[in-house]
Amino acid sequence: MLDSVARLWRDPDFRHGASDMLGTALGIGAWGLVTGVAMVKVGLPVSLAVLMSLLVFAGSAQLAAMPLIVGGAPIWVVWATAACVNLRFVIFSAGWRPYFAHQPLARRMVMGYFSGDLNYVMFMRRYPEQRPVPGQIPYFWGGVVVNWLSWQVLSLVGIVLADGIPTAWGLGFAGTLALLGLTGSLLADRATWLAAGVAACAAVAAYALPLKLNIVVAIAAAVAVGIVLDHMAPAKERA
Amino acid sequence: MSMGIGMGYWEIVLTVIGLAVITVLTRSFFLLPERELPIPKWLNEALRHAPLAALVAVVAPEVVLTNGHLIDSWRDPRPYAALAGSLWYWRRRGILGTIVCGMAVLLALRFGLGW
Repeated sequence: MLDSVARLWRDPDFRHGASDMLGTALGIGAWGLVTGVAMVKVGLPVSLAVLMSLLVFAGSAQLAAMPLIVGGAPIWVVWATAACVNLRFVIFSAGWRPYFAHQPLARRMVMGYFSGDLNYVMFMRRYPEQRPVPGQIPYFWGGVVVNWLSWQVLSLVGIVLADGIPTAWGLGFAGTLALLGLTGSLLADRATWLAAGVAACAAVAAYALPLKLNIVVAIAAAVAVGIVLDHMAPAKERA
Repeated sequence: MSMGIGMGYWEIVLTVIGLAVITVLTRSFFLLPERELPIPKWLNEALRHAPLAALVAVVAPEVVLTNGHLIDSWRDPRPYAALAGSLWYWRRRGILGTIVCGMAVLLALRFGLGW
């Protein structure tokens, strides 16, 4: 075990993967810091914030789940919301398949667990051809180690610092702003803008529903509108 | 409830464990089956919009509602902070800048003007 770790550490592809990820480590760390602070400021006890950071390891899902946990939503609504926020990873997993399908199942699951957004972006930039070649696995782990460390270390720092920061400062809103930025990165065309508008209006209008069901209503409405718009667009182009 | 938040301690522990399972399942979803499986077209279409919808559904109430009602005072820093963050993202991209810009406006209004 230690031997193979040492071998991996000296592997040039592992180092290449790590150095590619170092360029964005600051951004990942800042995002982790904000998530750490936000978890405590929203009202989670420190022990649970640490547990959440170390186990869940998915910033946007954590940020989305927190107001629901604090607001007393039923567990299944929290899980459903996190699963929806994480759906982009389902798409990424289809992208990983050509490279990692030959690995044993347990290893595929572990690799999936550690693969963040930026790991996907970096890997696909380096290996655009969809086939397994030597060096891919160490390259993957190099990026994962840097991504995981910069995220977790800064997230834990945020959790510790948050206790010394008065709640009245409203730093928890930094989490909402981070989600806002992430939202911006997903707005691509008229269909996505309209779907986002529908989701926002539905989530606010249906806020009085019990069980935080406004989230579920908003997602269903926005997905429906998005799909309809996607089907209308090509028809218009043909006309 | 004693913590002033909506869930009990062990309920949150259970929720967190479930969230970790969701991380594993979503990130390795199409890596799980041994044999190649086709991704249905409708799923592909829904996959395109669901992440955005979930994010917006969480963000919007946090920005414009207070205690379940639309913000009725113009002296609430949150919409201005969200607007500032959005403008930054629109002009410069970058999530880090969005956070810094929005929080700068929020803290300036809160401490500068006492909102």
